[in-house]
Amino acid sequence: MVTVSQVTPRAGRWTELALLVPALAVGIYAYLQVGLAVNGAVPPDLLAFGLVTAAIALAVHVVLRLRAPYADQVLLPIVVALNGLGLAMIERVHLALQARENVPSWDVDPTRQMMWMAVGATACLAVLLLLRDHRTLRRYTWTFLAAGLFLLLLPLAPVIGKEINGSRLWIGVGPLSLQPAELAKICFAIFFAGYLVTHRDTLTLAGRKVLGMTFPRVRDLGPILFAWAISVGVLLFQRELGTSILLFGLFIAMLYVATERLSWVLIGGVLTIGGVLLLASRIGYIQARIDVWLHALDPDIYSRNPGGSGQIVSGLFGMASGGLMGTGWGEGYPQLTYSANADMIVPSLGEELGLTGLLAVLMLYLVFAQRGMRTAIGVRDGFGKLLGCGLAFIVALQCFVVVGGATRVIPLSGLTMPFLAAGGSSLLANWMILALLLRLSDGARRPGPEVEPALPRDPREPRASVAGAAG
Amino acid sequence: MSELVLTLLRLSYLVLLWLLVLSCVGVLRRDIFGTKVSSRSAARRRGRAGAGDASGAEASDGEHVRSQPVTLVVLEGPLAGTTLELRTSAVLIGRAPSCTLVVDDDYASGRHTRIFPHDGGWYAEDLGSTNGTWVGEERIDGPTPVPLGMQVTIGRTVLELRGRP
Repeated sequence: MVTVSQVTPRAGRWTELALLVPALAVGIYAYLQVGLAVNGAVPPDLLAFGLVTAAIALAVHVVLRLRAPYADQVLLPIVVALNGLGLAMIERVHLALQARENVPSWDVDPTRQMMWMAVGATACLAVLLLLRDHRTLRRYTWTFLAAGLFLLLLPLAPVIGKEINGSRLWIGVGPLSLQPAELAKICFAIFFAGYLVTHRDTLTLAGRKVLGMTFPRVRDLGPILFAWAISVGVLLFQRELGTSILLFGLFIAMLYVATERLSWVLIGGVLTIGGVLLLASRIGYIQARIDVWLHALDPDIYSRNPGGSGQIVSGLFGMASGGLMGTGWGEGYPQLTYSANADMIVPSLGEELGLTGLLAVLMLYLVFAQRGMRTAIGVRDGFGKLLGCGLAFIVALQCFVVVGGATRVIPLSGLTMPFLAAGGSSLLANWMILALLLRLSDGARRPGPEVEPALPRDPREPRASVAGAAG
Repeated sequence: MSELVLTLLRLSYLVLLWLLVLSCVGVLRRDIFGTKVSSRSAARRRGRAGAGDASGAEASDGEHVRSQPVTLVVLEGPLAGTTLELRTSAVLIGRAPSCTLVVDDDYASGRHTRIFPHDGGWYAEDLGSTNGTWVGEERIDGPTPVPLGMQVTIGRTVLELRGRP
């Protein structure tokens, strides 16, 4: 015999404000130490750095107070801390690279990244202010599919599409370049949530049981094959392994959450491995990635050009020299690794903060993803649950792919560490994910009118029909 | 910079980072929300202890609200033994995840029955379900009053409203 009762939380905005203090300090203190170590003086723009990050954090905080008072109190501080850490590392690598004679093309000016942080925060505020109820999104399920596909295909367009490092993932308008796939993943998460919440019954119930698992009927395989085709298409035409894995993984995860059927995960795994094997033998660069992953320390592969394992090995050496406690901010040599401020920012942090610091960073991601999943459990409608899971899973899977790639658990692929790595579109997309999660968590935790969504919205309204019965 | 200052800076940063992580985890530990499932006897003990402030909080809601807080008890079916406290708002029962009480019952419809308060009593209304809603021995057709102790059948699930002590 059990009793189900509601527990309403405290709003938690003061907790959030209190957590923002150490969160901001993480970024500012790192920035200070970078200046001290590299130039031997307090950086002149430390005050500006502190004020801008604090202003961004406070702006989001105030809007949350006004528009989503019950939103989760841990998400924003975590994002602010990760963003500050990322900025400090970008500045650190930037200073080191500026000292060189010829500055490599992957150098990123931290002010540019800061500008993107402000743009991301503005997008976050816009989502919070415009989207009052996450269930509105469900109405546009198929619109979001169209938008997602459009964004995904945009880089293939002739004039605006740009190819960088062999991947055709960017669109360029003037000096700005954007990676639309980053935004596409949000659109797909919304579409998958809306689609699966209506179709999960067929996907769950129909099918035959083999070895204790219910396998779906062949005709219900359509959606998963469609998602697979999209991912393979991304791989073929844009030559980008990371986005492809992210989209397919997102679909499998949401399918699993929606149906509770392990067989979908199995089918997804078989399709992933099959796809990779099929393409690895056909496409040279995937084969190269796999070689680099398996035999990174072979001299042949290390010195191969292009497609050598120099980047990954240098990252490994960096982390090894960092050891348990790290070299300290500005004392290591992360700039030796190609793309030390973007794809390889994790080894850079591992070098300067050590295993201790890197584990703290990973803990922040873990808490972030956990809060997303917890929000999904707390939200009352199925669409919100699936969306919350999907968004939290995007962040978690990105971390896994990036950290796994840098540590040689899986082949390296070009995803970015959310909130940390240099790159405007990724920052923008992840701030929007934050906004959606905050909106969802406000819905999940808000007491009071929570029962309303369960009321039937059909013409037979209770008052009228009762009056009719009485009369 | 001297070695000592360097070490202090380095370690103080790691301490700060972990301070943030641990305070986040600390917040999570104290942050409990959503539905809580507790065993009957524990709930009763808690209910008795909290009865004083609960009535105080609800006093402002008006007389008729306070006069009939009832508990919905599932007697038979997959959810047998579950109780749900009804206050002032309607509850929706069915298999759809949007329902207040989601029954895992193959004979129930997605949105099967609505139970709502009206004029100091509780009413059940069938929402066009396939197998119908039964109050006592009768299949209902339109809103029907459900007196306390009367059994309501939804698919294979049998419910009852009980007055709260």
